[in-house]
Amino acid sequence: MANVLVVAEFADGKVKKTTHSAVTFARTAAAALGGSYSILVLGSSAGMAVDELAKLGAAKVLVAEDASLGNYLAETYAPTVAEVAKDYAVVVAAASGFGKDLLPRVAGALAAGYAADITEVLSSGGTLQYKRPMFAGNAFGICVIDSAVQVVTVRQSAFAPAEPTGAVSPSEKVGIAPSGKAAGRVEWVKYEQVKNERPELAEAKVVVAGGRALKEQFYELLDPLADALGAAIGASRAACDNGYCAPDLQVGQTGKVVAPGLYFAIGISGAIQHLAGMKSSKVIVSVNKDGDAPIFQISDYGLVGDLFKVVPELTEKLRAIKAG
Amino acid sequence: MKILVALKRVADPDNANKVKIPADGSKVDTAGLEWKPNPFDDYALETALRLTEDGKSNKVRKGEVVVVSFGPKEVETTLRSALATGADRAIRVECTDEQLDGFLVARALAKLVETEKPDVVMLGKQAVDGDSNQVGQILAELLDWPQAAFAATLREESAGLLVGREVDGGVLEIRVSFPAVVTVDLRIVAPRSVYSTATDAAFKYNDGVRFAPLPAIMQARKKPLDTKSLAELTTEKPRIRYVRYEAPPARKAGTKVVDVDALLDKLKNEAKAL
Repeated sequence: MANVLVVAEFADGKVKKTTHSAVTFARTAAAALGGSYSILVLGSSAGMAVDELAKLGAAKVLVAEDASLGNYLAETYAPTVAEVAKDYAVVVAAASGFGKDLLPRVAGALAAGYAADITEVLSSGGTLQYKRPMFAGNAFGICVIDSAVQVVTVRQSAFAPAEPTGAVSPSEKVGIAPSGKAAGRVEWVKYEQVKNERPELAEAKVVVAGGRALKEQFYELLDPLADALGAAIGASRAACDNGYCAPDLQVGQTGKVVAPGLYFAIGISGAIQHLAGMKSSKVIVSVNKDGDAPIFQISDYGLVGDLFKVVPELTEKLRAIKAG
Repeated sequence: MKILVALKRVADPDNANKVKIPADGSKVDTAGLEWKPNPFDDYALETALRLTEDGKSNKVRKGEVVVVSFGPKEVETTLRSALATGADRAIRVECTDEQLDGFLVARALAKLVETEKPDVVMLGKQAVDGDSNQVGQILAELLDWPQAAFAATLREESAGLLVGREVDGGVLEIRVSFPAVVTVDLRIVAPRSVYSTATDAAFKYNDGVRFAPLPAIMQARKKPLDTKSLAELTTEKPRIRYVRYEAPPARKAGTKVVDVDALLDKLKNEAKAL
Protein backbone atom coordinates (compact mmCIF):
# COMPACT_ATOMS: atom_id res chain seq x y z
CA MET A 1 0.00 0.00 0.00
CA ALA A 2 1.59 3.24 -1.10
CA ASN A 3 -0.05 5.53 1.40
CA VAL A 4 1.25 8.36 3.54
CA LEU A 5 0.94 8.74 7.32
CA VAL A 6 1.02 12.21 8.87
CA VAL A 7 1.92 12.36 12.56
CA ALA A 8 -0.03 15.29 13.99
CA GLU A 9 1.51 17.60 16.55
CA PHE A 10 -1.01 17.97 19.32
CA ALA A 11 -0.17 19.72 22.59
CA ASP A 12 -2.09 21.55 25.32
CA GLY A 13 -5.37 20.55 23.70
CA LYS A 14 -4.46 22.16 20.37
CA VAL A 15 -3.45 20.86 16.96
CA LYS A 16 -0.28 22.74 16.09
CA LYS A 17 -0.19 24.51 12.74
CA THR A 18 2.93 22.50 11.86
CA THR A 19 0.57 19.58 11.23
CA HIS A 20 -1.08 21.44 8.35
CA SER A 21 2.26 21.81 6.58
CA ALA A 22 2.89 18.08 6.93
CA VAL A 23 -0.57 17.47 5.41
CA THR A 24 0.34 19.63 2.41
CA PHE A 25 3.38 17.42 1.88
CA ALA A 26 1.20 14.33 2.24
CA ARG A 27 -1.22 15.52 -0.44
CA THR A 28 1.60 15.86 -2.98
CA ALA A 29 3.32 12.63 -1.96
CA ALA A 30 0.12 10.58 -1.91
CA ALA A 31 -0.89 11.91 -5.33
CA ALA A 32 2.51 10.95 -6.76
CA LEU A 33 2.21 7.45 -5.26
CA GLY A 34 -1.40 7.02 -6.34
CA GLY A 35 -2.40 6.46 -2.72
CA SER A 36 -4.07 8.31 0.11
CA TYR A 37 -2.95 9.87 3.37
CA SER A 38 -4.09 9.38 6.93
CA ILE A 39 -3.39 11.39 10.05
CA LEU A 40 -2.30 9.87 13.36
CA VAL A 41 -2.77 11.82 16.56
CA LEU A 42 -1.44 10.69 19.93
CA GLY A 43 -2.08 11.89 23.46
CA SER A 44 -3.99 11.31 26.66
CA SER A 45 -6.81 13.41 25.20
CA ALA A 46 -6.10 12.86 21.50
CA GLY A 47 -9.81 12.49 20.79
CA MET A 48 -10.12 16.25 21.22
CA ALA A 49 -8.14 16.74 18.00
CA VAL A 50 -10.38 14.60 15.82
CA ASP A 51 -12.88 17.26 14.69
CA GLU A 52 -10.18 19.59 13.50
CA LEU A 53 -8.04 16.90 11.84
CA ALA A 54 -11.06 15.32 10.13
CA LYS A 55 -11.44 18.45 8.00
CA LEU A 56 -8.07 18.04 6.30
CA GLY A 57 -9.05 15.53 3.62
CA ALA A 58 -7.40 12.44 5.09
CA ALA A 59 -8.64 8.93 4.28
CA LYS A 60 -8.72 8.31 8.03
CA VAL A 61 -7.90 10.03 11.26
CA LEU A 62 -6.25 7.53 13.59
CA VAL A 63 -6.51 8.22 17.28
CA ALA A 64 -4.09 6.77 19.82
CA GLU A 65 -5.55 7.90 23.11
CA ASP A 66 -4.02 6.60 26.31
CA ALA A 67 -3.12 7.91 29.75
CA SER A 68 0.52 6.87 29.14
CA LEU A 69 0.74 9.47 26.34
CA GLY A 70 0.00 12.45 28.58
CA ASN A 71 3.11 14.55 28.14
CA TYR A 72 4.99 13.98 24.92
CA LEU A 73 8.14 11.88 25.20
CA ALA A 74 9.80 10.23 22.20
CA GLU A 75 10.22 7.02 24.21
CA THR A 76 6.48 6.59 24.75
CA TYR A 77 5.24 7.92 21.39
CA ALA A 78 7.70 6.21 19.02
CA PRO A 79 6.54 2.57 19.52
CA THR A 80 2.94 3.37 18.54
CA VAL A 81 3.94 5.59 15.62
CA ALA A 82 6.27 2.88 14.34
CA GLU A 83 3.62 0.19 14.70
CA VAL A 84 1.02 2.18 12.76
CA ALA A 85 3.62 3.31 10.19
CA LYS A 86 4.37 -0.29 9.15
CA ASP A 87 1.33 -0.19 6.88
CA TYR A 88 2.46 2.99 5.11
CA ALA A 89 5.04 3.88 2.48
CA VAL A 90 5.92 7.25 3.97
CA VAL A 91 5.59 8.70 7.46
CA VAL A 92 5.88 12.46 7.87
CA ALA A 93 5.82 15.17 10.52
CA ALA A 94 6.93 18.77 10.46
CA ALA A 95 10.57 19.47 11.31
CA SER A 96 9.57 21.18 14.56
CA GLY A 97 11.05 20.41 17.96
CA PHE A 98 8.48 17.60 18.15
CA GLY A 99 9.13 16.08 14.72
CA LYS A 100 12.91 16.33 14.94
CA ASP A 101 12.89 14.53 18.27
CA LEU A 102 10.36 11.83 17.44
CA LEU A 103 10.72 10.85 13.78
CA PRO A 104 14.39 9.78 13.80
CA ARG A 105 13.51 7.51 16.72
CA VAL A 106 10.62 6.09 14.68
CA ALA A 107 13.04 5.56 11.79
CA GLY A 108 15.33 3.65 14.14
CA ALA A 109 12.47 1.40 15.20
CA LEU A 110 11.62 0.65 11.57
CA ALA A 111 15.25 0.33 10.41
CA ALA A 112 14.15 2.98 7.95
CA GLY A 113 15.93 5.84 6.23
CA TYR A 114 15.18 9.33 7.49
CA ALA A 115 15.30 12.51 5.40
CA ALA A 116 15.22 15.62 7.57
CA ASP A 117 13.80 19.07 6.98
CA ILE A 118 12.79 18.58 3.36
CA THR A 119 11.68 21.59 1.32
CA GLU A 120 10.22 19.85 -1.72
CA VAL A 121 8.97 16.44 -2.75
CA LEU A 122 9.50 15.29 -6.33
CA SER A 123 8.55 12.13 -8.13
CA SER A 124 10.61 10.20 -10.65
CA GLY A 125 9.12 7.05 -12.19
CA GLY A 126 6.86 6.53 -9.17
CA THR A 127 9.74 6.93 -6.70
CA LEU A 128 9.63 9.88 -4.35
CA GLN A 129 12.64 12.15 -4.25
CA TYR A 130 13.19 14.53 -1.37
CA LYS A 131 14.93 17.85 -1.67
CA ARG A 132 16.60 19.06 1.48
CA PRO A 133 18.93 21.90 2.47
CA MET A 134 22.48 21.06 3.57
CA PHE A 135 25.55 23.11 4.46
CA ALA A 136 23.45 25.84 6.08
CA GLY A 137 21.28 26.11 2.98
CA ASN A 138 24.26 26.58 0.66
CA ALA A 139 23.46 23.33 -1.16
CA PHE A 140 20.37 21.24 -1.72
CA GLY A 141 20.56 17.47 -1.87
CA ILE A 142 17.92 15.44 -3.70
CA CYS A 143 17.72 12.01 -2.12
CA VAL A 144 15.76 8.79 -2.24
CA ILE A 145 15.18 6.49 0.69
CA ASP A 146 15.86 2.77 0.32
CA SER A 147 13.69 1.20 2.99
CA ALA A 148 10.21 -0.30 3.20
CA VAL A 149 8.92 2.70 5.12
CA GLN A 150 10.36 6.12 4.39
CA VAL A 151 10.52 8.61 7.26
CA VAL A 152 10.70 12.36 6.61
CA THR A 153 10.27 15.69 8.33
CA VAL A 154 9.25 18.75 6.34
CA ARG A 155 10.33 22.34 6.71
CA GLN A 156 7.24 24.21 7.81
CA SER A 157 8.04 27.40 5.90
CA ALA A 158 8.36 25.48 2.61
CA PHE A 159 4.91 23.86 2.75
CA ALA A 160 1.92 26.21 3.02
CA PRO A 161 -0.60 25.05 5.63
CA ALA A 162 -3.28 22.74 4.20
CA GLU A 163 -6.80 24.16 4.04
CA PRO A 164 -9.88 22.14 5.00
CA THR A 165 -11.41 20.27 2.05
CA GLY A 166 -15.04 20.52 3.10
CA ALA A 167 -15.30 16.77 3.61
CA VAL A 168 -15.14 15.02 6.97
CA SER A 169 -12.76 12.06 7.35
CA PRO A 170 -13.81 9.01 9.36
CA SER A 171 -11.83 8.41 12.52
CA GLU A 172 -10.80 5.19 14.19
CA LYS A 173 -9.06 4.28 17.41
CA VAL A 174 -5.70 2.54 17.30
CA GLY A 175 -4.12 0.50 20.08
CA ILE A 176 -1.02 1.51 21.98
CA ALA A 177 2.11 -0.47 21.16
CA PRO A 178 4.10 -1.68 24.16
CA SER A 179 6.94 0.66 25.11
CA GLY A 180 10.50 -0.54 25.50
CA LYS A 181 12.66 -0.27 28.61
CA ALA A 182 13.62 3.26 27.64
CA ALA A 183 10.16 4.57 28.49
CA GLY A 184 10.62 3.45 32.09
CA ARG A 185 13.90 5.33 32.40
CA VAL A 186 12.72 8.77 31.37
CA GLU A 187 10.54 11.14 33.32
CA TRP A 188 8.84 14.33 32.18
CA VAL A 189 9.59 16.88 34.90
CA LYS A 190 8.31 20.26 33.81
CA TYR A 191 7.83 22.60 30.88
CA GLU A 192 8.63 26.26 31.25
CA GLN A 193 6.92 28.12 28.51
CA VAL A 194 8.38 31.44 27.49
CA LYS A 195 5.55 33.94 27.64
CA ASN A 196 4.75 35.08 24.15
CA GLU A 197 1.67 36.93 23.02
CA ARG A 198 3.05 37.40 19.52
CA PRO A 199 2.44 35.28 16.41
CA GLU A 200 4.45 32.03 16.19
CA LEU A 201 7.84 32.82 14.71
CA ALA A 202 7.64 30.13 12.05
CA GLU A 203 4.16 31.23 10.96
CA ALA A 204 4.32 35.03 11.16
CA LYS A 205 3.83 37.15 8.03
CA VAL A 206 6.28 39.72 9.38
CA VAL A 207 9.36 39.01 11.49
CA VAL A 208 11.47 41.59 13.29
CA ALA A 209 14.82 40.07 14.23
CA GLY A 210 17.52 41.62 16.36
CA GLY A 211 21.23 41.00 16.75
CA ARG A 212 23.96 41.48 19.27
CA ALA A 213 24.12 45.23 18.55
CA LEU A 214 20.85 45.76 20.44
CA LYS A 215 22.49 44.69 23.70
CA GLU A 216 20.27 44.97 26.79
CA GLN A 217 17.84 47.14 24.83
CA PHE A 218 16.73 44.18 22.70
CA TYR A 219 13.12 44.10 23.83
CA GLU A 220 12.92 47.80 24.64
CA LEU A 221 13.56 48.61 20.98
CA LEU A 222 12.02 45.63 19.21
CA ASP A 223 8.78 45.19 21.16
CA PRO A 224 7.27 48.49 19.97
CA LEU A 225 8.42 47.87 16.38
CA ALA A 226 6.95 44.36 16.39
CA ASP A 227 3.72 45.75 17.88
CA ALA A 228 3.49 48.34 15.11
CA LEU A 229 3.91 45.63 12.48
CA GLY A 230 1.96 42.83 14.17
CA ALA A 231 5.20 40.90 13.82
CA ALA A 232 6.90 38.00 15.56
CA ILE A 233 10.30 38.65 17.12
CA GLY A 234 13.37 36.67 16.12
CA ALA A 235 17.04 36.95 16.96
CA SER A 236 20.52 36.09 15.84
CA ARG A 237 22.48 33.44 17.68
CA ALA A 238 24.78 36.09 19.16
CA ALA A 239 21.83 37.91 20.73
CA CYS A 240 20.55 34.64 22.25
CA ASP A 241 23.97 33.50 23.46
CA ASN A 242 24.54 36.83 25.19
CA GLY A 243 21.25 36.48 26.99
CA TYR A 244 19.69 39.60 25.43
CA CYS A 245 16.61 37.58 24.49
CA ALA A 246 15.00 34.15 24.94
CA PRO A 247 16.93 31.30 23.24
CA ASP A 248 13.86 30.02 21.39
CA LEU A 249 13.84 33.21 19.30
CA GLN A 250 16.95 32.10 17.45
CA VAL A 251 16.61 32.13 13.67
CA GLY A 252 19.19 30.15 11.75
CA GLN A 253 20.63 26.86 10.62
CA THR A 254 20.18 25.33 14.04
CA GLY A 255 17.32 27.46 15.27
CA LYS A 256 14.03 28.32 13.63
CA VAL A 257 13.74 28.59 9.87
CA VAL A 258 11.39 31.32 8.72
CA ALA A 259 10.18 32.61 5.37
CA PRO A 260 7.83 35.52 6.10
CA GLY A 261 6.61 38.09 3.61
CA LEU A 262 8.71 40.74 5.31
CA TYR A 263 11.84 40.25 7.45
CA PHE A 264 13.62 43.01 9.34
CA ALA A 265 17.22 42.27 10.33
CA ILE A 266 18.11 44.85 12.95
CA GLY A 267 21.75 45.00 13.96
CA ILE A 268 22.42 41.57 12.47
CA SER A 269 25.66 41.24 10.52
CA GLY A 270 24.57 38.19 8.55
CA ALA A 271 26.55 35.14 9.65
CA ILE A 272 26.14 32.12 7.38
CA GLN A 273 24.22 30.18 9.99
CA HIS A 274 21.75 33.06 10.44
CA LEU A 275 21.16 33.49 6.69
CA ALA A 276 20.29 29.78 6.52
CA GLY A 277 17.24 30.50 8.66
CA MET A 278 15.81 33.53 6.83
CA LYS A 279 17.04 33.94 3.30
CA SER A 280 13.86 32.50 1.81
CA SER A 281 11.94 35.49 3.18
CA LYS A 282 10.11 37.40 0.45
CA VAL A 283 11.32 40.90 1.30
CA ILE A 284 14.36 41.44 3.52
CA VAL A 285 15.11 44.78 5.14
CA SER A 286 18.28 45.33 7.11
CA VAL A 287 19.49 48.09 9.36
CA ASN A 288 23.14 48.06 10.31
CA LYS A 289 25.75 50.66 11.06
CA ASP A 290 28.37 48.75 9.06
CA GLY A 291 27.69 49.33 5.36
CA ASP A 292 29.83 46.31 4.46
CA ALA A 293 27.92 43.84 6.65
CA PRO A 294 27.19 40.62 4.70
CA ILE A 295 23.48 40.94 5.48
CA PHE A 296 23.23 43.73 2.88
CA GLN A 297 24.22 41.27 0.13
CA ILE A 298 20.92 39.44 0.52
CA SER A 299 18.72 42.35 1.57
CA ASP A 300 16.19 43.98 -0.71
CA TYR A 301 16.46 47.22 1.20
CA GLY A 302 19.38 48.22 3.35
CA LEU A 303 19.65 51.19 5.63
CA VAL A 304 23.09 52.06 6.96
CA GLY A 305 22.62 53.84 10.24
CA ASP A 306 22.51 53.82 14.01
CA LEU A 307 19.74 51.42 14.95
CA PHE A 308 19.18 53.18 18.27
CA LYS A 309 17.95 56.14 16.23
CA VAL A 310 16.52 54.32 13.21
CA VAL A 311 14.33 51.82 15.08
CA PRO A 312 12.38 54.34 17.20
CA GLU A 313 11.87 56.55 14.14
CA LEU A 314 10.72 53.61 12.05
CA THR A 315 8.36 52.50 14.81
CA GLU A 316 6.83 55.93 15.15
CA LYS A 317 6.33 56.37 11.41
CA LEU A 318 4.83 52.90 11.02
CA ARG A 319 2.37 53.73 13.78
CA ALA A 320 1.43 56.90 11.94
CA ILE A 321 0.87 54.95 8.70
CA LYS A 322 -1.27 52.42 10.56
CA ALA A 323 -3.31 55.18 12.20
CA GLY A 324 -3.95 56.44 8.68
CA MET B 1 30.92 7.89 34.71
CA LYS B 2 32.00 6.72 31.31
CA ILE B 3 31.00 8.79 28.31
CA LEU B 4 31.34 7.93 24.64
CA VAL B 5 31.48 11.05 22.48
CA ALA B 6 30.93 10.87 18.72
CA LEU B 7 32.87 13.43 16.70
CA LYS B 8 32.61 14.41 13.06
CA ARG B 9 34.80 16.69 11.02
CA VAL B 10 33.03 19.03 8.62
CA ALA B 11 34.05 21.46 5.91
CA ASP B 12 34.65 24.85 7.56
CA PRO B 13 31.13 26.00 8.49
CA ASP B 14 32.19 29.66 8.55
CA ASN B 15 32.83 29.36 4.83
CA ALA B 16 29.90 27.12 3.93
CA ASN B 17 28.80 29.66 1.33
CA LYS B 18 31.93 28.73 -0.66
CA VAL B 19 30.85 25.15 -1.39
CA LYS B 20 30.39 24.49 -5.09
CA ILE B 21 28.02 22.27 -7.00
CA PRO B 22 29.44 21.07 -10.34
CA ALA B 23 27.23 21.45 -13.41
CA ASP B 24 26.34 17.73 -13.37
CA GLY B 25 25.11 18.02 -9.78
CA SER B 26 27.16 14.98 -8.78
CA LYS B 27 28.47 16.29 -5.46
CA VAL B 28 28.93 19.14 -3.06
CA ASP B 29 32.48 20.25 -3.71
CA THR B 30 34.18 21.46 -0.51
CA ALA B 31 37.65 21.69 -2.04
CA GLY B 32 39.62 24.58 -0.57
CA LEU B 33 37.69 24.51 2.70
CA GLU B 34 39.55 23.48 5.81
CA TRP B 35 38.29 20.54 7.87
CA LYS B 36 36.95 21.68 11.22
CA PRO B 37 35.37 19.77 14.08
CA ASN B 38 31.58 19.95 13.86
CA PRO B 39 30.83 22.74 16.37
CA PHE B 40 28.08 20.78 18.13
CA ASP B 41 30.46 17.83 18.58
CA ASP B 42 32.98 20.17 20.19
CA TYR B 43 30.22 21.13 22.60
CA ALA B 44 29.48 17.45 23.25
CA LEU B 45 33.14 16.87 24.12
CA GLU B 46 33.21 19.92 26.41
CA THR B 47 30.03 18.66 28.10
CA ALA B 48 31.53 15.20 28.62
CA LEU B 49 34.68 16.69 30.13
CA ARG B 50 32.66 18.89 32.48
CA LEU B 51 30.66 15.87 33.65
CA THR B 52 33.81 13.89 34.44
CA GLU B 53 35.62 16.49 36.57
CA ASP B 54 34.86 18.56 39.63
CA GLY B 55 35.05 21.93 37.94
CA LYS B 56 37.90 23.28 40.04
CA SER B 57 40.56 21.18 38.41
CA ASN B 58 40.46 19.35 35.15
CA LYS B 59 43.22 17.08 36.49
CA VAL B 60 40.91 15.44 39.06
CA ARG B 61 38.91 13.16 36.82
CA LYS B 62 36.04 11.05 38.04
CA GLY B 63 35.27 9.30 34.84
CA GLU B 64 36.41 8.35 31.37
CA VAL B 65 35.75 10.04 28.05
CA VAL B 66 36.17 7.97 24.91
CA VAL B 67 35.92 9.75 21.56
CA VAL B 68 34.97 8.04 18.31
CA SER B 69 34.99 9.26 14.75
CA PHE B 70 34.23 7.71 11.37
CA GLY B 71 36.37 8.25 8.31
CA PRO B 72 39.73 7.90 6.62
CA LYS B 73 43.10 8.18 8.36
CA GLU B 74 42.92 12.01 8.31
CA VAL B 75 40.11 12.07 10.89
CA GLU B 76 42.78 11.08 13.41
CA THR B 77 43.65 14.79 13.47
CA THR B 78 40.20 15.45 14.91
CA LEU B 79 40.62 12.62 17.42
CA ARG B 80 44.12 13.69 18.50
CA SER B 81 42.89 17.18 19.11
CA ALA B 82 40.04 15.80 21.25
CA LEU B 83 42.60 13.75 23.21
CA ALA B 84 44.67 16.90 23.73
CA THR B 85 41.57 18.72 24.97
CA GLY B 86 41.09 16.06 27.63
CA ALA B 87 39.53 12.88 26.24
CA ASP B 88 41.17 9.68 27.53
CA ARG B 89 40.98 7.34 24.58
CA ALA B 90 40.01 7.42 20.90
CA ILE B 91 38.56 5.05 18.33
CA ARG B 92 38.56 5.59 14.60
CA VAL B 93 36.16 3.62 12.47
CA GLU B 94 37.80 3.19 9.09
CA CYS B 95 35.51 4.11 6.18
CA THR B 96 34.95 6.80 3.59
CA ASP B 97 32.42 9.57 4.09
CA GLU B 98 30.50 8.30 1.06
CA GLN B 99 29.83 4.95 2.73
CA LEU B 100 27.84 6.49 5.53
CA ASP B 101 24.42 7.79 6.36
CA GLY B 102 22.89 8.56 9.74
CA PHE B 103 21.34 5.13 10.05
CA LEU B 104 24.66 3.38 9.48
CA VAL B 105 26.52 5.59 11.94
CA ALA B 106 23.86 4.89 14.55
CA ARG B 107 24.10 1.14 13.86
CA ALA B 108 27.86 1.16 14.19
CA LEU B 109 27.72 3.24 17.38
CA ALA B 110 25.17 0.84 18.86
CA LYS B 111 27.58 -2.03 18.23
CA LEU B 112 30.44 -0.08 19.76
CA VAL B 113 28.31 0.56 22.85
CA GLU B 114 28.10 -3.21 23.40
CA THR B 115 31.83 -3.40 24.04
CA GLU B 116 32.47 0.07 25.48
CA LYS B 117 29.48 0.01 27.85
CA PRO B 118 29.31 3.77 28.47
CA ASP B 119 26.81 5.37 30.85
CA VAL B 120 26.16 8.11 28.34
CA VAL B 121 26.62 8.52 24.60
CA MET B 122 27.06 12.23 23.99
CA LEU B 123 26.62 13.75 20.53
CA GLY B 124 26.12 17.13 18.92
CA LYS B 125 22.50 17.66 17.98
CA GLN B 126 23.43 17.91 14.33
CA ALA B 127 26.39 17.97 11.97
CA VAL B 128 26.43 21.29 10.17
CA ASP B 129 27.23 19.75 6.78
CA GLY B 130 24.39 17.24 6.41
CA ASP B 131 22.15 19.22 8.79
CA SER B 132 20.06 16.10 9.53
CA ASN B 133 19.84 16.03 13.33
CA GLN B 134 19.20 12.30 13.58
CA VAL B 135 22.00 10.03 14.83
CA GLY B 136 21.39 10.45 18.58
CA GLN B 137 17.70 9.73 18.34
CA ILE B 138 18.15 6.70 16.05
CA LEU B 139 20.89 5.35 18.31
CA ALA B 140 18.71 5.74 21.43
CA GLU B 141 16.00 3.67 19.77
CA LEU B 142 18.43 0.97 18.59
CA LEU B 143 19.76 0.66 22.16
CA ASP B 144 16.32 1.04 23.79
CA TRP B 145 17.81 3.87 25.88
CA PRO B 146 16.17 7.16 26.81
CA GLN B 147 17.12 10.16 24.67
CA ALA B 148 17.70 13.72 25.79
CA ALA B 149 17.90 15.56 22.49
CA PHE B 150 18.79 19.28 22.16
CA ALA B 151 20.10 19.50 25.74
CA ALA B 152 20.83 23.03 26.94
CA THR B 153 21.50 22.21 30.61
CA LEU B 154 22.60 19.04 32.44
CA ARG B 155 22.70 18.23 36.14
CA GLU B 156 24.18 14.90 37.14
CA GLU B 157 22.15 13.10 39.79
CA SER B 158 22.90 9.84 41.60
CA ALA B 159 21.86 7.55 38.74
CA GLY B 160 21.03 9.83 35.86
CA LEU B 161 20.76 13.32 34.49
CA LEU B 162 18.29 16.15 34.86
CA VAL B 163 18.20 17.71 31.40
CA GLY B 164 16.83 21.04 30.21
CA ARG B 165 15.86 20.62 26.56
CA GLU B 166 15.31 23.60 24.30
CA VAL B 167 12.00 22.96 22.56
CA ASP B 168 9.56 25.16 20.66
CA GLY B 169 8.26 27.85 22.96
CA GLY B 170 10.35 27.16 26.03
CA VAL B 171 12.44 24.70 27.99
CA LEU B 172 11.31 21.18 28.79
CA GLU B 173 12.95 19.46 31.73
CA ILE B 174 13.27 15.69 31.69
CA ARG B 175 15.09 13.19 33.86
CA VAL B 176 16.85 10.23 32.28
CA SER B 177 18.51 7.38 34.12
CA PHE B 178 21.75 5.80 32.92
CA PRO B 179 22.55 4.60 30.38
CA ALA B 180 21.21 7.35 28.10
CA VAL B 181 21.85 9.20 24.84
CA VAL B 182 22.29 12.96 25.04
CA THR B 183 22.51 15.34 22.08
CA VAL B 184 23.63 18.87 22.92
CA ASP B 185 22.44 22.27 21.76
CA LEU B 186 24.34 25.56 21.66
CA ARG B 187 23.68 26.79 25.17
CA ILE B 188 25.19 23.69 26.79
CA VAL B 189 28.58 25.42 26.91
CA ALA B 190 27.33 28.44 28.84
CA PRO B 191 29.13 28.95 32.18
CA ARG B 192 26.39 27.42 34.35
CA SER B 193 24.94 24.77 32.05
CA VAL B 194 26.64 21.58 33.22
CA TYR B 195 27.12 20.28 36.75
CA SER B 196 28.45 16.90 37.79
CA THR B 197 27.74 15.63 41.30
CA ALA B 198 31.25 16.79 42.22
CA THR B 199 30.89 20.32 40.90
CA ASP B 200 30.32 23.03 43.48
CA ALA B 201 26.93 24.65 42.97
CA ALA B 202 28.52 28.10 42.80
CA PHE B 203 31.11 27.08 40.21
CA LYS B 204 31.04 28.80 36.83
CA TYR B 205 32.85 27.53 33.77
CA ASN B 206 34.39 29.80 31.17
CA ASP B 207 31.94 30.46 28.39
CA GLY B 208 32.39 28.11 25.41
CA VAL B 209 34.71 25.19 24.87
CA ARG B 210 38.20 24.81 26.34
CA PHE B 211 41.36 24.70 24.28
CA ALA B 212 44.21 22.26 24.66
CA PRO B 213 47.32 23.62 26.38
CA LEU B 214 50.56 22.98 24.48
CA PRO B 215 51.95 20.21 26.76
CA ALA B 216 48.64 18.36 26.41
CA ILE B 217 49.02 18.37 22.64
CA MET B 218 52.36 16.57 23.09
CA GLN B 219 50.92 14.12 25.64
CA ALA B 220 47.95 13.38 23.40
CA ARG B 221 50.27 11.61 20.98
CA LYS B 222 50.77 8.93 23.62
CA LYS B 223 47.09 8.40 24.41
CA PRO B 224 45.55 5.24 22.92
CA LEU B 225 43.90 5.48 19.52
CA ASP B 226 42.37 2.25 18.22
CA THR B 227 41.10 1.56 14.75
CA LYS B 228 38.16 -0.57 13.78
CA SER B 229 36.72 -1.31 10.38
CA LEU B 230 33.16 -0.34 9.59
CA ALA B 231 32.42 -3.96 8.62
CA GLU B 232 33.31 -5.08 12.18
CA LEU B 233 30.48 -2.92 13.48
CA THR B 234 27.80 -3.18 10.82
CA THR B 235 27.21 -4.77 7.47
CA GLU B 236 23.99 -2.84 6.84
CA LYS B 237 23.56 -0.71 3.73
CA PRO B 238 22.86 3.01 3.91
CA ARG B 239 19.19 3.92 3.66
CA ILE B 240 19.65 7.32 2.06
CA ARG B 241 20.97 7.81 -1.46
CA TYR B 242 21.59 11.25 -2.95
CA VAL B 243 20.75 11.33 -6.64
CA ARG B 244 21.93 14.88 -7.27
CA TYR B 245 22.73 18.21 -5.68
CA GLU B 246 21.65 21.71 -6.57
CA ALA B 247 22.83 25.18 -5.71
CA PRO B 248 20.31 27.30 -3.83
CA PRO B 249 18.50 30.02 -5.76
CA ALA B 250 20.67 33.11 -5.83
CA ARG B 251 19.45 36.15 -3.98
CA LYS B 252 20.54 39.51 -5.34
CA ALA B 253 21.58 42.41 -3.20
CA GLY B 254 18.95 45.11 -3.42
CA THR B 255 19.30 48.79 -2.91
CA LYS B 256 20.50 50.91 -0.05
CA VAL B 257 18.05 53.56 1.08
CA VAL B 258 19.12 56.86 2.60
CA ASP B 259 16.70 57.16 5.48
CA VAL B 260 13.58 55.83 7.17
CA ASP B 261 11.24 57.78 4.89
CA ALA B 262 12.88 56.34 1.79
CA LEU B 263 12.63 52.84 3.28
CA LEU B 264 8.94 53.20 4.07
CA ASP B 265 8.29 54.58 0.59
CA LYS B 266 10.00 51.55 -1.00
CA LEU B 267 8.19 49.07 1.27
CA LYS B 268 4.85 50.68 0.55
CA ASN B 269 5.06 51.50 -3.13
CA GLU B 270 7.69 49.18 -4.62
CA ALA B 271 7.60 45.99 -2.55
CA LYS B 272 3.96 46.49 -1.51
CA ALA B 273 4.90 44.86 1.75
CA LEU B 274 3.10 47.22 4.13
